[in-house]
Amino acid sequence: MTQTRPARAALTLGPIAYHWSPRIRRDFYARIADEAPIDAVYVGEVVCSKRAPFVEDALPEVVERLRRGGKRVIHSSLAEVMLPRERKATAALVAEDALEVEINNAAGLLGADGRRHRIGPFMNVYNAETLDELVRRGAEHVCLPVEMRAPSIALMAARGQQIGVGIEVQVFGRAPLATSARCYHARAHGRTKDNCRFLCEKDRDGMPLTTRDGSPFLRVNGIQTLSETYVALGDEVAALQAMGVSHLRLMPELVDMVAVARLFDGLRCGTMAPDEATARLAELSARTPLSNGFYHGKPGHRHLVAQA
Amino acid sequence: MTMAHPTPPPPRQGGLALRLIGVVPPVLMQPALGRIVRRIAALHPSIFQRLGDCRSATFVIEPRDMGFALVLRPDPANPQLRAVKRDAIPDHRARISGDFLTLLALVDAGADGDALFFSRDLTVSGDTEAVVRLRNALDDVEGSIAGDAAALFGPPGQFLLSRLRDAAANVTPKEGPHAI
Amino acid sequence: MPFDEPAIAELVCPAGTPAALRTAVDAGADAVYCGFQNETNARNFPGLNFTPEELEASVAYAHDRGAKVLLALNTYPPAGRFALWRDAADTGARLGVDAFIVADIGVAAHIARAHPGKRLHLSVQAAASSPEAIRYYCNEFGVRRVVLPRILTIPEIRKIKREIPCEIETFIFGNHGLMVEGRCSLTNYATGCSTNMDGVCSPAADVEYAREEDGSLSTRLGAFTIDRFGPGDTAGYPTICKGRYLAPARPEGYYAFEEPVSLNLSQLLPELIDAGVNAFKIEGRQRSRSYIRTVVSTFRDAVDDIRAGVLPDMADLLALTEGQKQTQGAFETKKWR
Repeated sequence: MTQTRPARAALTLGPIAYHWSPRIRRDFYARIADEAPIDAVYVGEVVCSKRAPFVEDALPEVVERLRRGGKRVIHSSLAEVMLPRERKATAALVAEDALEVEINNAAGLLGADGRRHRIGPFMNVYNAETLDELVRRGAEHVCLPVEMRAPSIALMAARGQQIGVGIEVQVFGRAPLATSARCYHARAHGRTKDNCRFLCEKDRDGMPLTTRDGSPFLRVNGIQTLSETYVALGDEVAALQAMGVSHLRLMPELVDMVAVARLFDGLRCGTMAPDEATARLAELSARTPLSNGFYHGKPGHRHLVAQA
Repeated sequence: MTMAHPTPPPPRQGGLALRLIGVVPPVLMQPALGRIVRRIAALHPSIFQRLGDCRSATFVIEPRDMGFALVLRPDPANPQLRAVKRDAIPDHRARISGDFLTLLALVDAGADGDALFFSRDLTVSGDTEAVVRLRNALDDVEGSIAGDAAALFGPPGQFLLSRLRDAAANVTPKEGPHAI
Repeated sequence: MPFDEPAIAELVCPAGTPAALRTAVDAGADAVYCGFQNETNARNFPGLNFTPEELEASVAYAHDRGAKVLLALNTYPPAGRFALWRDAADTGARLGVDAFIVADIGVAAHIARAHPGKRLHLSVQAAASSPEAIRYYCNEFGVRRVVLPRILTIPEIRKIKREIPCEIETFIFGNHGLMVEGRCSLTNYATGCSTNMDGVCSPAADVEYAREEDGSLSTRLGAFTIDRFGPGDTAGYPTICKGRYLAPARPEGYYAFEEPVSLNLSQLLPELIDAGVNAFKIEGRQRSRSYIRTVVSTFRDAVDDIRAGVLPDMADLLALTEGQKQTQGAFETKKWR
């Protein structure tokens, strides 16, 4: 009896969460386009609509560069939609027939009816019933919330395979833990969102929050709160592929992302041993601890070592 | 009185009742406490469903201004409530501390546990979940647990409770006006 | 299907236990919201909530006195657990609850299909903060009321009202969540319990109060110290978003997200009604009966005064607020953001 090898998952690069300048973005994506074994790249500003003009500034060049490098490009929409400019931006993006779009807020669903689109990790697709409902209206790919546990991921992947929908899981990078209407970067400097002066641009790695007894805990990224740790599901790649997860997402961080992509490429192809990959990831991540607690149903910050 | 002592609080209604409770030796309280807890258990069996696995837990309820603490074990088969000296507190799962009148207000349906916690009138240590469970279980009891307990002892019990309620009503809150 | 008249200043009150529900109804609640004893609702706290039998008796009690019962099914079922939410919805429908408060698209779709006559309210946990998002839920599932996130100003609420086909409910009093509700995994990061999937924010089992040597009180959630209080400080809920941390610009430690304050919109009720708000929600299913009695009766009087054209005289609700401080949050000014 032959055992079918699980299909190899595609490797994707999620949207940059931080406020990186247009110059940094261009350089970052140029290297990804040329060197990283990544199949698809999500671009666009997801966190803060005030940053969007800066991001859009570099976007045409970035998209062209990535396409030339053979990458599929998907445009991600804002996670929080409340202000008129956010509503307009979301509606305009989903109406754009020429672009492939990932929707991160229900505001985008209204205009997307019937059009092909992807659903992002901020959309809370936790179960097959929700998946089916979104697919009925044109969704063909879903990135699951970062806090999903393995048994539920397995069921979602199985359903995805059954109905021909891509299921994506974040396997690397800080976990997006919360968003708010309030800008915590501005707040730390005695300002408000409206007169923030883009303080967040100085913190390319987010603003660290440490507990009063000295433990690094969270990273503030404007209105978003990220984990201090990098989610790192290196040991879990084989299991994810066996479940039928079709896409593995890396989130851009201030580390050598080409090297990270190569590690996960080795893992998905079975050419690299998980323990070796995890050791290399820890090296690349330097002072930032790794975590995989969410996947294992444990506190998200924890890192559980696979049993030999 | 010497200068080293803080100024005594102004005399208040019910202050005598409070002082009386403060001087009763724990051993003399046991029979009354036993009757109270068995009575409450018989009147309100629904408490135990809400207590879940905390039915076998030991709670210490510590009136900070008294010489004793109460030890509660809400086991439906054998509910226990007894007084111990402050220096003889047994192993326990959780401890709730506050002034006697604050604690009384909690079981007299007169006070909100969260509000007392925010003002730091109430502190909690040990298994916080057990305390929340106990608080929620007691809060589902209609009327007043303190009233049920007092009724056990007829007019003297009810008189004592009314004096204590007077005392509680006269307590000046730490800051800000309490609406409770 | 005939639509009933839109509600005017309906007072929607919390109930964590049957006794609290009766207290709320007796104190003048127009509607009471509650949940079952499991993760199908966002206040899945130990010792709280209703068994089906308790809910049945409570619905009868409320209906006899002209009050409605709204069942909160406002969490997100993870794949493999959906049956629990479906059964809760079916039980609620059988027991005659007046509406379901939902957040998950799959749960909304189930109720819209299986119980087409039932009112659906969109929970604040769905984080629908634009007319487009709200209209999506109205179009797809026939949602009749949206509970707005606590991040909008009154002029913004007024604008939304003109563009949506359903009623608006806003929070007016209680715990003031800072993060977009239904999009927060902070608790899960620290404890392994998920607010969205398990219905708990800062589960009591993971909260520990430790007395430090200097007399201060440390609050821990899981492995993290989320705050430390001096002997005289007031305290707030032990949640990550109300804690104090150090940042490079704030080495002394500060409330990185929000001070422990509670929302109190008692002064804004007439403006909210004028902006088109149909229902006022009081937070606090985890609070005591005495809280319910005080807050509900105070707001009952206020709403009755406003309806009679009298400016309400609010009793002081300060002692019931977190850290004994109150705020009008984003409702008054966007500077809050």
